[in-house]
Amino acid sequence: MSLKHDIEFTLNGVKRRVAVDVTMNTLAMLRDVIGLTGTKYGCGEGECGACTIQVDGSSLNSCLMFAVDCDGRNVITIEGLANDSKADALRDAFVEHGAVQCGFCTPGMIMQADHLLHKHPHPDEACVKRGIEGNLCRCTGYKKIVDAIVAVDRA
Amino acid sequence: MTELKHYFAPTSLDQAVECLKDGDVTILAGGTDLTPQSQAGRIKIKHTLMNIRHIPQLSGITLEGTEIRIGALATITEIMEHPLVKEHLPVLIEACDHFASDQIRNAGTIGGNICNASPAGDTLIPLLVLDACVELASMPESKIYRHCMPLSTFFVGPGKTRKSLCELVTCVRIPLPAPGHVARFYKLGTRPALDISTISIGVGGTLKQGILSNARVAFGAVAPTPTRASQTEQALEGQRLDAATIDKVAAVARDEVKPIDDVRATAWYRKEMIHNITKRILSHVAQA
Repeated sequence: MSLKHDIEFTLNGVKRRVAVDVTMNTLAMLRDVIGLTGTKYGCGEGECGACTIQVDGSSLNSCLMFAVDCDGRNVITIEGLANDSKADALRDAFVEHGAVQCGFCTPGMIMQADHLLHKHPHPDEACVKRGIEGNLCRCTGYKKIVDAIVAVDRA
Repeated sequence: MTELKHYFAPTSLDQAVECLKDGDVTILAGGTDLTPQSQAGRIKIKHTLMNIRHIPQLSGITLEGTEIRIGALATITEIMEHPLVKEHLPVLIEACDHFASDQIRNAGTIGGNICNASPAGDTLIPLLVLDACVELASMPESKIYRHCMPLSTFFVGPGKTRKSLCELVTCVRIPLPAPGHVARFYKLGTRPALDISTISIGVGGTLKQGILSNARVAFGAVAPTPTRASQTEQALEGQRLDAATIDKVAAVARDEVKPIDDVRATAWYRKEMIHNITKRILSHVAQA
């Protein structure tokens, strides 16, 4: 029997209480326990960024975080951002610039771009490229993704 | 070693070191390494998984007398953005800037990077150049006992350190560099992000009228541990950094390292790169 632990945290603005396997990662908890499948499983080792979420205001790879470590923290996933009007401009820019091909990297890209824009409201191209270096797009549509993020005005 | 039976998230250093007394504990900090390693079965979690995130004594970056104290839980991002580090330890920022990706820098901690003891650990090379010490806490009886160990003696092999199973790394202490101190870091890999170094080099010292003293040279990914290069340091000590000296020192560096062939590079290539990059980095130091 695997060891379980009760945790309580804020998920997309709502308090949640969940019993999780102590060895489970946050990505598995989000997808398999809570049922939020917007966060994607790509590589499982922090190389691809498809599982990017925000915890206490910072972006991180949910596959590299123990689920128990969510206890007491503020977690935002792509589903949370979808309901946040501050992210509308970012979503619209992705659509307008055709920055979505197969779409698998998109939730992670958006979560990371949102974090980047929070720190740098007017990033230039170089800053965006550095900011998303932990996110892979295997359709290799980086140009349009970078253009979309640069186009967002977070004034 | 027993199976995982207990999860513990202490809120004070006392609780944490007391928990470590029996030694059968896996410590969790940022989790960027422990999560994938344990899920892949390469690391077995011990009887207790102890999450040290909620221990306030392990956080923060502060100036204490003539030392900068970086708490074990400081993330790579926090270090990169901290004014004290920017002002006094720019070489550490150079290494943090080449560390993995933004997401991993936001989660990974300096204590974790040190305790993982990877021969290619990015922060370890500048920390060696900066004469950093690791502070260890334990509870041999009923009181916390702390002692400091120079980072240069801390590593014993890949993933192995002189920290005992009952000890916790609480912080790293770095003496404030003397006026005129210069240091540079270079990481060679196939791409800037998310790469494990093929080799990395740190060089530091006090530069006065072109002469380098208190020379420090550290190499990553050319030995079982990140390592100071004593012969290269001796060749540099008290020298004027002109072209002839730089050539001579780069040759000493190439002869001093004993790398291995692995998936990232051959030993021959590593030695050549140690030579070439040492030359390049010394030219940069000379111009500082």
